[in-house]
Amino acid sequence: MTGLKAKAFKYGDDINTDYIISGKYKFKSADMEAMAVHAMEDLDPDYHDKVKPNGGFLVAGKNFGMGSSREQAPLVLIHSNTKAVLAKSFARIFYRNAINTGLPVVECDTDLIDDGDELVVDLEAGVVRNVTQGSEIPFPPLPPVMAQLLADGGLVEHFKKHGGFNL
Amino acid sequence: MLQQTDRPGRLIAISGKTIAEKIFSAHSGTDARAGDIVVADVDFVMGQDGTSPLAIRALDNMGVAEVFDPQKVALVIDHSSPSPIEGVSALHTIMRDFGKRTGAKVYDIAEGVCHQVVPEHGHVVPGDLMVGCDSHTCTYGALNVFSTGVGSTDGAAAMASGKLWFKVPDTMKVTYEGSLQPGVFSKDLILYLAGQIGVDGATYEAIEFHGPVIDELSVDARMTISNMAIEVGAKAGLMKADDKTLAWFEGRGTRTPAPVDPDADAVYASERVIDASAVGPQVAKPHAVDNVSPIEEVEGTPIAQGVLGTCTNGRLEDLGIAARMLEGRRVHPDVRFIVAPASKQTYLDAMAAGYIQTLVEAGAAVVTPGCGPCVGTHNGVPSDGENVISTANRNFKGRMGNSNAFIYLGSPATVVASVIEGRITDPRKYFG
Ligand code: SF4
Repeated sequence: MTGLKAKAFKYGDDINTDYIISGKYKFKSADMEAMAVHAMEDLDPDYHDKVKPNGGFLVAGKNFGMGSSREQAPLVLIHSNTKAVLAKSFARIFYRNAINTGLPVVECDTDLIDDGDELVVDLEAGVVRNVTQGSEIPFPPLPPVMAQLLADGGLVEHFKKHGGFNL
Repeated sequence: MLQQTDRPGRLIAISGKTIAEKIFSAHSGTDARAGDIVVADVDFVMGQDGTSPLAIRALDNMGVAEVFDPQKVALVIDHSSPSPIEGVSALHTIMRDFGKRTGAKVYDIAEGVCHQVVPEHGHVVPGDLMVGCDSHTCTYGALNVFSTGVGSTDGAAAMASGKLWFKVPDTMKVTYEGSLQPGVFSKDLILYLAGQIGVDGATYEAIEFHGPVIDELSVDARMTISNMAIEVGAKAGLMKADDKTLAWFEGRGTRTPAPVDPDADAVYASERVIDASAVGPQVAKPHAVDNVSPIEEVEGTPIAQGVLGTCTNGRLEDLGIAARMLEGRRVHPDVRFIVAPASKQTYLDAMAAGYIQTLVEAGAAVVTPGCGPCVGTHNGVPSDGENVISTANRNFKGRMGNSNAFIYLGSPATVVASVIEGRITDPRKYFG
């Protein structure tokens, strides 16, 4: 089985960027490892400790990442060892930021996933395999522009590789 | 009228275009339609002190040492300004050094909130496309600018190349009919919309705001509405440029406005008409911007702190409303009232008008022009269990630096009536 494998950590709808990383930390420093300890803490103080050792998928409902443009949001998730975010829908800026920083985002029916389920996420095939429940959740592949950015490793790597936009 | 495009199976209207489609067409050299992905030229790029350091790091990582045009890039130190702690001081230093190195303008601690500073200095004009590393960059939609918030890496790419990729958004058309009651303001109109359509009601879309009520509003008041377009998920909150808009730009900067009207037969994803005459003061309750009630439902809620300011409602008109209400009155003894003028120019104008004198005499604490206590880094973090009423645009849990506080959002008039009485109060009785 190809794809990313980890456990699901499930939360609700409308998770905003202040929950992902509170504004009061965002300004403290540019050290993402240090800030990652505070990822999701107002919603789940143990998020970082639970996910960091073995990695995990952050699973949510609709409109994940609403709120501010802070790129620290996807970055602290990456630094907490979050392998991908799976949600019913995403807020626009978070979605862009995730792609640009190299955090995979999957829009799928997350009602079919429970907290603690073992998942394998295959981005290329466009399917989430729920190992615990023995089910498969298909999702539409990313639009080509975004797939290319993610394949290049994010926007910085894309620029390095091509010397500018090459989409 | 529908025609087959070069993409099989895709029918589009060949007639009308929205403001967004026209601006993206002009900036990408294509016939841009909702749903298209275009690489477009941007007229301006902005970053603030929470986002610029990451953008600068991204530029370094890209191996880019210069910005595409130093006249078209500005960094604003406004979120934690003056710096409250050494970590922030280091970030501010990174920004100042970047400005010296690249020639990009840095607006330092005395200047104000980015979303007031950028248009005030004429960096954008009607018809422009601009991006800012701050979600409330949608504010300049009131000035007929397609402006939208992006992350730091997107900002870096735009600073490096003068371009960015965009998905041309669908547009929701919102028309405000009727007229505003005395004591009801543009803030109430946008809070009302948030209550109606929810925090994801316009995700991925642009909104165009139309109607006689918008035409009647001042430019200051219009900016309050566009500022909060992001709070319903929208990418931009656009208005037409009229004589008031053009008058507002006189004497600011050197560029010539190129207003963009939507076509009469533009195609909208949805349309919504709101009777503004029936809208009273609105309050967003903790902890969501769409948790909106008519003021009657929350009247009497005790408050410990009031905030007047932010990129939503820190402009001259807002300070004027507050000063007139507080003339001969005092802030309630159990309430702290914090006022942050949106910019240095706002501050100077408010002083010249006598507003600052009135506010300070009434008991307000006036802080440095900038974000003030909005984002919880300094300037008035509430205590556990306290209720705050603010003119800001967000009341998320923890937003003001304490996740055990409760933030209510309202118009400047609602905030001022509440700080006078020490509890949430309907402002209409002050406008009899
Ligand atoms: S005033 Fe508040 S919402 Fe506006 S830019 Fe500053 S922190 Fe953001």
